[in-house]
Amino acid sequence: MAGKIFVYVDHFKGKAMPASWEVVGAARKLAGEMGASVSAIVFGANAEALAQTAIHYGADEAFTAEDASLMDYRPEPYATLLSKLAKEHQPEAILFSTSTRSRELAAMTAIDLDSGVIPDVIDIKNEGGQLVATRPIYAGKLLSKVVCKTRPQVLTLRVRAFGKPVEDTGRSGTVTKVPAAMSEAEIPTKVANYATVEGRVSLGDAAVIISGGRGTSNNPNLTPPAEITDEKQKEIWRAQQGFKMIGELAEVLGAAIGASRAAVDAGYVPYAHQVGQTGKVVSPDLYIALGISGAIQHLAGMRTSKVIVAVNKDADAPIFKLARYGIVGDLNEIVPALTKALKERLHK
Amino acid sequence: MKIAVFVKQVPDSAAKMTVADGKPNWGDAPLVINPWDEYAVEAALQLAEKHGGEVTAVTVGGEGAKEALKHALAMGCSQAVLISDPALSAPDSSAIAHVLAAAVKKLDGVDLAIFGKQAIDSDTGITAAMTARILGWPALTLVAAIQQLDPAAKTVRVERGIEEGRQIVDGKLPAVFSIAKDFGEPRYPSFMGIRKASKAEIPIWALADLGIAAPQSKVSWPEISAPPQREVSNEMITGGSADEIAAKLADKLIAEGVL
Amino acid sequence: MDFQLSEEHRMVQNMVREFTQKEVIPVIKEWDRKQEMAPFILPRMAELGILGINIPVRYGGQGFDYISLGLVSEELEVADTTLRVVMSVHMGLNSMALLQWGTEEQKQKFLVPQAKGEKYACFGLTEPGAGSDVAGMKGTAKRMGDEYVLNGEKMWISLASKAHHALVVMRTNPDAADPHEGLTAFILELDRKGAKTGDIHGKMGVRAGSTGWISMQDVHIPVENRLGEEGEGFKIAMSCLDNGRYTVAAGATGLIRASLEASIKYSHDRKAFSREIGQFQLIQQKIAYMVQSYEAARLLYLRAGWMKNQGVRNTRETSLAKWFATDASFEAASEAIQVHGAYGYSDEYDVERYLRNSKGAVIYEGTSEIHQLMQAGYALGYREDAKLRCELPAYDAEYWQK
Repeated sequence: MAGKIFVYVDHFKGKAMPASWEVVGAARKLAGEMGASVSAIVFGANAEALAQTAIHYGADEAFTAEDASLMDYRPEPYATLLSKLAKEHQPEAILFSTSTRSRELAAMTAIDLDSGVIPDVIDIKNEGGQLVATRPIYAGKLLSKVVCKTRPQVLTLRVRAFGKPVEDTGRSGTVTKVPAAMSEAEIPTKVANYATVEGRVSLGDAAVIISGGRGTSNNPNLTPPAEITDEKQKEIWRAQQGFKMIGELAEVLGAAIGASRAAVDAGYVPYAHQVGQTGKVVSPDLYIALGISGAIQHLAGMRTSKVIVAVNKDADAPIFKLARYGIVGDLNEIVPALTKALKERLHK
Repeated sequence: MKIAVFVKQVPDSAAKMTVADGKPNWGDAPLVINPWDEYAVEAALQLAEKHGGEVTAVTVGGEGAKEALKHALAMGCSQAVLISDPALSAPDSSAIAHVLAAAVKKLDGVDLAIFGKQAIDSDTGITAAMTARILGWPALTLVAAIQQLDPAAKTVRVERGIEEGRQIVDGKLPAVFSIAKDFGEPRYPSFMGIRKASKAEIPIWALADLGIAAPQSKVSWPEISAPPQREVSNEMITGGSADEIAAKLADKLIAEGVL
Repeated sequence: MDFQLSEEHRMVQNMVREFTQKEVIPVIKEWDRKQEMAPFILPRMAELGILGINIPVRYGGQGFDYISLGLVSEELEVADTTLRVVMSVHMGLNSMALLQWGTEEQKQKFLVPQAKGEKYACFGLTEPGAGSDVAGMKGTAKRMGDEYVLNGEKMWISLASKAHHALVVMRTNPDAADPHEGLTAFILELDRKGAKTGDIHGKMGVRAGSTGWISMQDVHIPVENRLGEEGEGFKIAMSCLDNGRYTVAAGATGLIRASLEASIKYSHDRKAFSREIGQFQLIQQKIAYMVQSYEAARLLYLRAGWMKNQGVRNTRETSLAKWFATDASFEAASEAIQVHGAYGYSDEYDVERYLRNSKGAVIYEGTSEIHQLMQAGYALGYREDAKLRCELPAYDAEYWQK
């Protein structure tokens, strides 16, 4: 069988999402089983270099497009070009890493190709050319096996669910440049600008996440500045000191900072930090839950973390049921001590 | 402005899920409007309040799915439509998108079709983009803020939430939006809205009313299972002081090889 | 007979539940510890229309029925008793009395802003020296031309320091042969000269609420502020209690539910002797009793609400619902603490607050002892309810919603 597997390389302004290489690795493995080859698809800024890297990670060839109209990611020109390539090459599957861009790109490409999408896959088995994907539903409370009967089978792979392959700079393959499929005039949107958001966190691909809950506001030893008179504001101020303390620990570990819904709703930290069913679903190697009791919606968002540590004053907090290590105690004492202990041990 | 907002009825996010007869089971947990869709309804209502116009809430499902529509009506939507047809069994996202695109056409003159980010049951998050593609409208997904919208000039500028921050995009109407949580907390149903909703007669459209045959599902789910029970050997770390506890934990984490 | 709540009722319930779960429950413990009413409670309840739930739309309300008032009271007290107390005084004891007894002018002047939540209302009957013995009250109102001059002190008044309007009952005729007939009801704007209010601290429960006093020293109010006729004050006060008690009954039912829900959760979470404690029969017995009380209390208040909707006198049924639900809520909260063991005794869990909050309602709006006398009186034929000059109007959806 000489089919192809397409891998779409997701990147932002020419910098690849690390998960893209995980997808290349997964595609390489499937290609071996199916007797197929792996084609990396890279559009936009820095496409040539990213294509080479994709080949180093396991792609056999790459298609690139660097037209000016593709410099900023926009779903319409990207989907149109991707569909065009898929129609020409008839791949067995198109794989993406799950991201804000890839989800919609997969969806639109699948419509163009009259096929289906299986988003946010955590495992793939090849059964004689038919991919059987496993994906979490109900925020991971259940798992579903999913198959796509039509071709190409369009899948997005959950970040960190598939191992990262080893880069082999000795690998080579052909890189084919293709032109854009839409002219600028045909594209219905324009990217005006980008803005950074304060407290923006990349929870999805963090190896270590430290999350704070409502318990972060409980430090009685802190006196809010006199100009804060409102009780609610005093509470938020206390919690922010708590998150500052968590930030110091996060810095030592290179960790992302998460939060429970309660902490977000109370205004302690922005929504971007929220872990759980209505926040981000994460699966880091280490998840440290501080002052989080563990509502079912929160547990659904972090239960697959490799090692979970919980610190809570309440010995009966449900979070302890999932924790590899539990500490019943005051996070205001434990966190600084842990920061110090890890600093010493990690020589930072 | 004419706005269509799409909602779904799902088990409450607090539901404990199990598998019974190969199907998801939520016990006696209530069915509620998909929480992400409440943000979509909020966005639709804010736009209608600002620019004038009406908001129609649409869902696909059985008779029971009307509850989600009633919630949307109680929040302030002007009308609601239930799309229900026995031919729609186990529809995948693409099948739903074809049905919704047909509904948008039937509603006629829709300027904006608004979705939630994703449904908390199937968690696919692709229906908005699919519907946009079928309609041939711009897909402005994960909208965190609407900076500007001019119904007369049919132009819009939105901030989309992406991994790296915000992407600010100019588009044209008609368009499809999906709304992210950053948009702002959805309102509660009002008492007046509740009364209107409880009295509302919700029309039911079959596929024939939309002028389409049952769209083929491309994706099927042969097996649903509970995730394997994680063997967590739980170890409580105790000690005489915070420093002692922290030292023990630090050593263990280093031994686990997760740092 | 129909035991099903309407869709409208269920949506009202869900809406209030969403409000309390999102905005009240996460913070109520802190306010209870501080012994202060959270400043957002009254404005939010006003904004959401809760303060006018069962008042006709034409008088600034939301036009829902009396059952809805009960359901709202139940939901509010699941979160905290202090929120239900707001409904008891603002709605049950004051606004509904205006609906029942007020002239059209009084409704326009006082009821409309109250139902819209622009003005908060309370009720002053009890005095430092007169509780169950209503006719023993000392506070006076003297007619002087087109005015009355009020002097006296009212005590244990919920929302005294927050309210704009108080319905106060004063003695106008010290020489009446029957002292009950010497009482008259008035609407007092609390910003009038000579009116003072304050809060009472050191309460066992309802700490996140406002309980206080009203003192009146030569307060002049116009005759138009008199509610009903001279001498009708006692009857009006008793009719107010029929409505206040209804919200108390429904609220206490909510407190039983909160105790039950907390106990069920803890029975699953807590392990002893390597089993979850729900497996033990003595825990099960406590749960079973709570279920029994909850269901019975709920049926009793819903019946009273149904009678109000029908426009049928319900003093007897409301008294029974209030007596049963408040006693049962005290018992349920106490047993919920027992289920929680030592943790239940600490304020880390909610159940100790439930117990502290439950006790007040066994005392106010007719102590349990008063209700026992009433129930025995009805059963033995010693007591019957005479028809009132103004009855609480039956719920008429058409009239209410226009």
